[in-house]
Amino acid sequence: MRVAIRLFARLRDLVGCGELEREAPPGSTVGAVWNGLVADYPAIAPYADSMSCAVNAEYARMTDPLADGDEVAFLPPVSGG
Amino acid sequence: MSASPTAITADVLDITALVRIVEASGIGAVTTFLGLVRDHNQGRRVLHLVYEAYEPLAERALGRIVDESRVKWPSVTLAIHHRIGRLTIGDASVAIAAASPHRADSFAACRYAIERIKQIVPIWKHEYFEGGDVWIEGATADPDDQAARDAAMRLACA
Repeated sequence: MRVAIRLFARLRDLVGCGELEREAPPGSTVGAVWNGLVADYPAIAPYADSMSCAVNAEYARMTDPLADGDEVAFLPPVSGG
Repeated sequence: MSASPTAITADVLDITALVRIVEASGIGAVTTFLGLVRDHNQGRRVLHLVYEAYEPLAERALGRIVDESRVKWPSVTLAIHHRIGRLTIGDASVAIAAASPHRADSFAACRYAIERIKQIVPIWKHEYFEGGDVWIEGATADPDDQAARDAAMRLACA
């Protein structure tokens, strides 16, 4: 299946791109997609402890399974206001 | 200027328009809050900020804050607009209006809203200062984190 990945703020800067697509085995979790991304871009690894994630613009957990066509977003600590 | 009670917008914020959104018969108090871009941060001279949002989720998070407020303060009507894009010193980045029959609830709900914005709305500020730039990173966003919610409520009801 294919999933779309969205990255924001410093995470996007570290990867050099805010929107990517990845092929993943059916039923892959958000965490598995993250681990694949870390393998390609080791600089983002430290964010595992501080970021949030979302699936199709709803907050999600790293253990949530993904479906074909899902948009998964990785969000550094927020700083609005 | 959006007429919606919650909005992520690149437009200049208009607190008067926000007050009009929450005004209704039976209202005895409106508390407003404007967050402004400050000229200094952690010893740095700030030149300007660029705000970025994951817009669909940020809109939902603002709606969630309104819903949480309604549970605690059923008589309060809230409106929250957050600006994105390039902001210069003194520009308003966030505007909140809370209306209620009595002032205690409108003050509390307004404070709760800004504390929750800083906790759970996916918006980031990129600070450009004299000598460089840095992404500001605050809270790990988790709307279900009860400890964070309790902390916001304590500040609101202090």
